[in-house]
Amino acid sequence: MSLHNTLRACPAMLRIGLAGAVAYRAELLVWALATTLPLVMLALWTSVAEHAPIGRYGQPQFTAYFLSTFIVRQLTGSWAFWEMNSDIKTGTLGARLLRPVNPLFAYAAENLAAIPLRLVIALPIAVVLLATVGGKCMTRDPVLWGIFGLSVAGAWLLTLLTNLMVGCAAFFLESSIKLMDVYLVFFFVFSGYLIPIDLFPDALRNIVEKLPFRYQLGLPVEVITGAHERTYALNHLALQWVWIAIALLATRSAWRHGLRRFSAFGG
Amino acid sequence: MIRVRDLKKHFRVHERSSGIAAALRSVFHRTYTLVPAVDGIDFDIRAGERVGFLGPNGAGKTTTLKVLAGLLHQTSGEVLVEGREPRRREDDFLKSIMLVLGQKQQLLWDLPPSETFELNRAVYGVSRGTYEETVRELTDLLELGDLVRKPTRALSLGERMKCELAAALIHRPRLLFLDEPTIGLDVSMQAVVRDFVKRYNEQHGATIILTSHYMADVERLCPRVVVIDRGKLVYDGSLEELVARVRPEKRVVFRFACAVSLEDVTALGRVVHHDAGETVLAVHKDGVNGVVTRALAEMPVRDMTVENPPLEEVMSELFARQRAVHEAGTR
Repeated sequence: MSLHNTLRACPAMLRIGLAGAVAYRAELLVWALATTLPLVMLALWTSVAEHAPIGRYGQPQFTAYFLSTFIVRQLTGSWAFWEMNSDIKTGTLGARLLRPVNPLFAYAAENLAAIPLRLVIALPIAVVLLATVGGKCMTRDPVLWGIFGLSVAGAWLLTLLTNLMVGCAAFFLESSIKLMDVYLVFFFVFSGYLIPIDLFPDALRNIVEKLPFRYQLGLPVEVITGAHERTYALNHLALQWVWIAIALLATRSAWRHGLRRFSAFGG
Repeated sequence: MIRVRDLKKHFRVHERSSGIAAALRSVFHRTYTLVPAVDGIDFDIRAGERVGFLGPNGAGKTTTLKVLAGLLHQTSGEVLVEGREPRRREDDFLKSIMLVLGQKQQLLWDLPPSETFELNRAVYGVSRGTYEETVRELTDLLELGDLVRKPTRALSLGERMKCELAAALIHRPRLLFLDEPTIGLDVSMQAVVRDFVKRYNEQHGATIILTSHYMADVERLCPRVVVIDRGKLVYDGSLEELVARVRPEKRVVFRFACAVSLEDVTALGRVVHHDAGETVLAVHKDGVNGVVTRALAEMPVRDMTVENPPLEEVMSELFARQRAVHEAGTR
């Protein structure tokens, strides 16, 4: 399947993905509500830090951190594995395979298309964030803002690839949903979603910084809340893209092997 | 256009008995059996033909279609469609074919069918002008009207199938695989779909390969049939010849001006149906003239017709014979 076909079809896939997201607006709202956990954590951690800061986090820093976490999660969340799992199990994948466009790009386009709607949810939060904590807890360095942008794009891509990889497991397992459940447990703990990574004990933090979970969420949040210098942020941005390259190769391999199996057993 | 030689598709299927103990055992030790869904079939199909694939459930019809469409990879054998190997799923190949599965859909469930049409236009690289002309033509032929602007989920089964067909033809495929396209549709909707498929074939010279359990689909659409049973080719030829070979008889239907007794009509041939005003006889095709002449001379015939036996009966007899041959072979 040529990349030319895929690129030509991209605008239509994005437009129809957006139309699909609008059609599922109630589901989108429920999904957005289901991702409000950072706001719960915000309430919890700000009360803990009422009398004294924890690490570098006082109440304003926790507010900035968890509101940023909420926004980044809205921009980078993916549910592609649900679609893939269902398509593979019901055989609907066949209809996608009949089109001269790689289905993985179609999943990516559908995911990307929902982002504008999620922004409708994320933007008011961003405004509240700036109004309440102001600029004092956010970085003012334009280079770090640039790194933030790249790390958000990277976090989206890494999350999508993880979803596609887990989705491919449905080619081999009865269902990939349980596998995703296990993955999410690690994600919640080690991505910075519930606890900022720099509050972990040093030994554990050193390990977590080498795992992929933090690059799906924590890194952009840390960068925008001014936790890092330029060099450190750039080094970790590079590490994020190394994980993306690994995930890309792993997804490609899982897809090819899975497709071979699908072509041998089902369809 | 299509060349198939010694095509085999074997599935490895996990088997276990019912019950909790068997379920637990299967966690640690699985047993598999090899199921020959398609077991060495050969055929050629020329461009523009309309061919019906017939066979009982599990005969290997849909598996064959999926191999031809590139969705399944054959275990062995040669498959060429327009000179290409379907399993490679090259762009040009995918743009020249379409597979419509009556039990699965490609329409986007929560969006109107027009959105799926647009998506297919972009994906297949159809120019705006050609697209609009095609949609206009399909809308007329299938009488789609406003259906294309309603969410797919709000359409009835028949309306959805019409839109499925339209979506499948946006890129005007030269080769159309239809797997049970009329399943679940009411009689009038079945007729609409059949007429449309026939017209598409005639207007665009497209090759149509169809599987269906509705013999009316086959009778109306397919001058040639390929019969598959247990993965093996049982017959490949004209429908007429198949009927003549399996049931070399005609159905002679007499309608009488007044009641005729059963004894009287039994003397003419095997009685399939008899009531006060109408009798249906099964008569060997060579004896039809004699029976008709005699009936006209001896009975108050008001009206009569000579028909082929129903295709359903022909097929059940063919499959019953196949089963008998298979059972004799395995004994």
